[in-house]
Amino acid sequence: MSMHLWIIPLLPLAGAAVNGLLGKRFPRALVNAIALGFTAAPFAMALWVAAQFAGLSPDQIPHIERYATWLSAGAFSAEYGMYLDQLSVIMMLVVTGVGFLIHVYSVGYMEHEGGYYRYFAYLNIFMFFMLTLVLANNYLLMFVGWEGVGLASYLLIGFWFLKKSAADAGKKAFITNRVGDFGFLIALFLLIKHFGTLQYDSLWPLISRYPVETGAAGLLTAIGLLMLVGATGKSAQIPLYVWLPDAMEGPTPVSALIHAATMVTAGVYMVARSHLVFNRAPDAQMAVAVIGTLTAIFAASIGIVQTDIKKVLAYSTISQLGYMFMACGVLDYVGGIFHLMTHAFFKALLFLAAGSVIHGLGGEQDMRHMGGLRKYLPYTFWSMTIATFAIAGLPPFAGFFSKDRILWSAWSSGYHVLWLVGVITAGMTSFYMFRLWFLTFFGKYRGPNPETVAHGHDADAQHAGHTGAVQDAKDAHAAAGSHGHRSPHESPWVMVVPLMILALLSLVGGWAGVPHSLHGSDRFGTFLSPAFNEASATPGAAAATPAEAKPESEDNSTELAFSSISVGLAALGFLAAWWLYYKRPELPERMAKAAGGLYTLLLDKYKIDELYGAVIIQPLILLSTNVFWKGIDQGLIDRAVDGSATDAREASDAMRHMQSGNIRSYAGWVAVGAAAVIAFMVWRGVR
Amino acid sequence: MIPAVDYIRILPELVLSIFGIIVMMVDPVLPEQSPKKPLGVIAVIGVLAALAATAYQPGFYGSAFYNTVSVDTFSVFFHVVVLLIALVVILISFEYLDVQRIRSGEYYALVLFGTVGMMLMSAAVELVLIFIALEISSISTYILAGMRRRAAESAEASLKYFLLGSFATAFFLYGVALIFGATGTTNVYGIAHYFQTQQASVLAYLAVGLMFVGLGFKVASAPFHVWTPDVYEGSPAPVVALMSTGPKAAAFAVLLRVLFATGAPGWFWMVWVSAALSMTLGNIGALVQQNVKRLLAYSSIAHAGYLLVAFAAAKQVGISAAIFYAASYAAMNVGAFAVIGHFASEGEKYVTLDDYAGLGRRSPLLAATLTIFLLSLIGIPVTGGFFAKFYVFSAALQSNLVGLTIIGVINSAIAAYYYLRVIVYMYMRDERVEAPVARIPAGLGVGLAISLVATIYLGVMPGRVLDYAIQSAQDLLK
Amino acid sequence: MVPLSYYLVLSAILFACGVAGFLIKRNIITIFLSIELMLNGVNLSFVAFAAQLNKLEGHIFVFFVMVVAAAEAAVGLAIIIAVFRTRETLNVDRVNLLKL
Repeated sequence: MSMHLWIIPLLPLAGAAVNGLLGKRFPRALVNAIALGFTAAPFAMALWVAAQFAGLSPDQIPHIERYATWLSAGAFSAEYGMYLDQLSVIMMLVVTGVGFLIHVYSVGYMEHEGGYYRYFAYLNIFMFFMLTLVLANNYLLMFVGWEGVGLASYLLIGFWFLKKSAADAGKKAFITNRVGDFGFLIALFLLIKHFGTLQYDSLWPLISRYPVETGAAGLLTAIGLLMLVGATGKSAQIPLYVWLPDAMEGPTPVSALIHAATMVTAGVYMVARSHLVFNRAPDAQMAVAVIGTLTAIFAASIGIVQTDIKKVLAYSTISQLGYMFMACGVLDYVGGIFHLMTHAFFKALLFLAAGSVIHGLGGEQDMRHMGGLRKYLPYTFWSMTIATFAIAGLPPFAGFFSKDRILWSAWSSGYHVLWLVGVITAGMTSFYMFRLWFLTFFGKYRGPNPETVAHGHDADAQHAGHTGAVQDAKDAHAAAGSHGHRSPHESPWVMVVPLMILALLSLVGGWAGVPHSLHGSDRFGTFLSPAFNEASATPGAAAATPAEAKPESEDNSTELAFSSISVGLAALGFLAAWWLYYKRPELPERMAKAAGGLYTLLLDKYKIDELYGAVIIQPLILLSTNVFWKGIDQGLIDRAVDGSATDAREASDAMRHMQSGNIRSYAGWVAVGAAAVIAFMVWRGVR
Repeated sequence: MIPAVDYIRILPELVLSIFGIIVMMVDPVLPEQSPKKPLGVIAVIGVLAALAATAYQPGFYGSAFYNTVSVDTFSVFFHVVVLLIALVVILISFEYLDVQRIRSGEYYALVLFGTVGMMLMSAAVELVLIFIALEISSISTYILAGMRRRAAESAEASLKYFLLGSFATAFFLYGVALIFGATGTTNVYGIAHYFQTQQASVLAYLAVGLMFVGLGFKVASAPFHVWTPDVYEGSPAPVVALMSTGPKAAAFAVLLRVLFATGAPGWFWMVWVSAALSMTLGNIGALVQQNVKRLLAYSSIAHAGYLLVAFAAAKQVGISAAIFYAASYAAMNVGAFAVIGHFASEGEKYVTLDDYAGLGRRSPLLAATLTIFLLSLIGIPVTGGFFAKFYVFSAALQSNLVGLTIIGVINSAIAAYYYLRVIVYMYMRDERVEAPVARIPAGLGVGLAISLVATIYLGVMPGRVLDYAIQSAQDLLK
Repeated sequence: MVPLSYYLVLSAILFACGVAGFLIKRNIITIFLSIELMLNGVNLSFVAFAAQLNKLEGHIFVFFVMVVAAAEAAVGLAIIIAVFRTRETLNVDRVNLLKL
């Protein structure tokens, strides 16, 4: 039976094609209808497919559809095909569902912006590549999606390209990702070399035959580590996370969709998809866990001191992704994907709510200029509240169940240090999120007075700077001005409704995975875990390998006790934030003065950007200019060739004349090269 | 007595030569100052006829003319690549010649003759013929490089190309002389027989090295690449489209014959170093360029490096990777230079990055097309460039060339930077001076469409071309 | 009879003279002649080998090289004239508009 899965990714592509090619001439309503229609349809179809999937018997899973041979070169071949198992069903639903909601929200958010049709075309292209990534039935097709989402992200970050910082941020994201992508690509080469295929269904049985690489690290460890390099790029983990905070230059719905809910989770998906590799490579798996945990606490510590509302959320995203990696690293893939799902809900909600705040304030992003907004933006406030409680990990919100599951897995599989760091991070998360919550919605409004708009102009100017094409700048400025001058206001319904739906999901989304210790049935885990069974890899040999189900004998009360520790820390974070930013708002100022150095270091994001600039980019440019260009090309070669010049005057004269561009110096290059070749070949011949 | 079938085996070359002569003979008949478009049309017909002749060849595989020409999948593959390049170049030249006021009918004839040379290079299995074919293609391109006669840059490019090209050819020729001395034959199969049966002498090693110098120059691999940026910058853009792909592909075909088909010894590290140097120097040189033609010249050095990586790989996988790379590089690079040539306007005024600022708004279609070619040059999936790189690096890794693969992969990451710079300028910068963009004429449209379709086709359905490449590799080694 | 190696050494010397001439000389015509010297050095090798091995290919090759050299000379002189027209110099060091 074919479910025609190929239709799901192709629908957004069609939408992108229509809007991208013709959208310039369309009225807005039509652009909206096309963009929304071509994302609603895949969502509807994904629901239908999920329903069909539920009806499949276990031996029909994974459901694989093959459409055509993509390339076949010798023994190696790859095909266009789709792969549906529990993992891709969940990813597909999250991507299409959250994606659709964010499209709806964008209709309101981008209303005043120029290049409207372009925006939706890019967004739809992104959906196409993301769905290709999660549904592909081989690594090569996954890589197509992988590169494609990077490209779409580049286009969308740089959407407000008149701002130089936006264009630079886009470029930074793209190039950082390229570094990671090549790690992934080399991993694929290694797979081809040793297994001769990239098709999941033929790859899994081959990998299953390998023993666990304990003691000596081997092939699978190398593959795993290279995949991890790729994942750190896409999912913004240490050391390649630098692009994500900058990516906040893009429109807020883009941050919500790409840089929070979906694209950045591609790394987690890839690690989960390659679980057979990581299961057999303890070193690589350990690296995943350690990098995830380090990133979690590292990013959380930076998040504490950010004042830009979106930057806080960006660092929090990095930190939460760290949790997902930690889960994968301790082999609790279900927990990782569970957190991926709940995080998609509440982080998308946080970004959209933050976008609603920014929208309501006419472009203001600095939390120091906010405050008391709960009066002005009630719906935004309530949805943000739910999201904040969810990310802080307080029961019964979604984040509690997923985060707790991860922490418990870390402890119960013996990684006590990781657990400790994770719990501390949970407390920090709670602190910086409630800090954001209090700063934004409580206290007095610290923004410009609605009547005296001197400061408001700044915000307007910034908002206008966000506009697309030049010809649109004027309109947009007028539009932004028209609502920027008013007092903070609630966003239109088209933005609020997605917020409410996501708020609902952030509330109940975790209930699918209530653990047994809380007398839940963990339906999520029951559903998803077959995808990570060793047995599922080899349909024919279902009984051959025992499923690595966790023994039920774990002490439920211990798990409960650990839950209360993390909840307690979250509550502590809440109290601290309440004390510092609500009760005694003057304290942070004084503390910052007292702590001095540490605070500045945090504020400067540990100076990582500068470090990269100094260590990598600067030397490369210096190398290019001084060594290769001025040194070798102009200095060395020309001088060497000019060695025959007799007197000093002629030499200096020649130096002046003999810039590169001189035929004789070029012939010198060729002659030197030829001499080297001759010497080498004679040596080879004589030897 | 030469059998008739031998003529079929050089039919494409014959057809194209005849059309070249026709162009030369019609040229004086046309009025002095009239546009030379009719000659271009004749040339297009000639190329199409030669394509048809090539399509006819697969039934007549075998060697011809006393074992100097060998027609097999390998030669047919390169014939098709070179002919398609020539077709696109002629199509994009229609408008270019008008705009630049080049009134020389011999332009088209030279393109055709050059193409004949390139085709012969890929079919020849006798070093005498390879040398002559190399010179036919080179001499044509020397002249074409100087076609913008009134521009000092063009004359200079022509002179540089000519002097350095002859200089390098002399090295190649010396290599041929020595290999003749060492093996007593100039036939590729004869040499292969010698290397199989006898211990190679120092002379033979030296000969292989010298031939590599000459061919390395033609393919612009380091350290013999120095001429490339200057010549590409000064030459007319459609000519660059031709000479950065056609002679390069043909020279790579010769290199494949000389290194692989003869089973020549001892060149591995030479190629390894040259590949690493080409990639690194090309990419780093491109980083600071402001002139787009020059930028793509450095990029073409880097691409020669990627291609040489495939040479260093084991021959079972490496040769087909190299062949596929040559084809997809041709598709995307010809396209890129076609856009550049159109946008350069009269006197090639607009060729710096600043002139490209805001192109995305002024000419969305042209900018989008160039973007796709550039993305392909970066190696983004769903384009030919991706598969070319994928295949090359995968071949390299399969041959345990870990070091070279890492160098190549790092270089690909660096390369993204400068290609992206062009895209950033086109879409994300405001123009300071409004450089005019003419409408896209029919010839250019068709030419661009061919390269675009080829670029995408090689990315979406590379299967067939890969099969041909693998078949070619087998034919080459037999 | 003169041994083969004498011819080969002479041929190498001629070739090296050509290379050196290309690198040292400033006049474009002289540089061009240096290339001819290199080609003739190669020709000497061909003939020497052909005589030694008693094979015809070497002789044939020499003829083709001479033909090609003539063609190159024709084209080369035309290009040199074009350069001279635009730059009014035959000093190769001054032909350096394109650089860096």
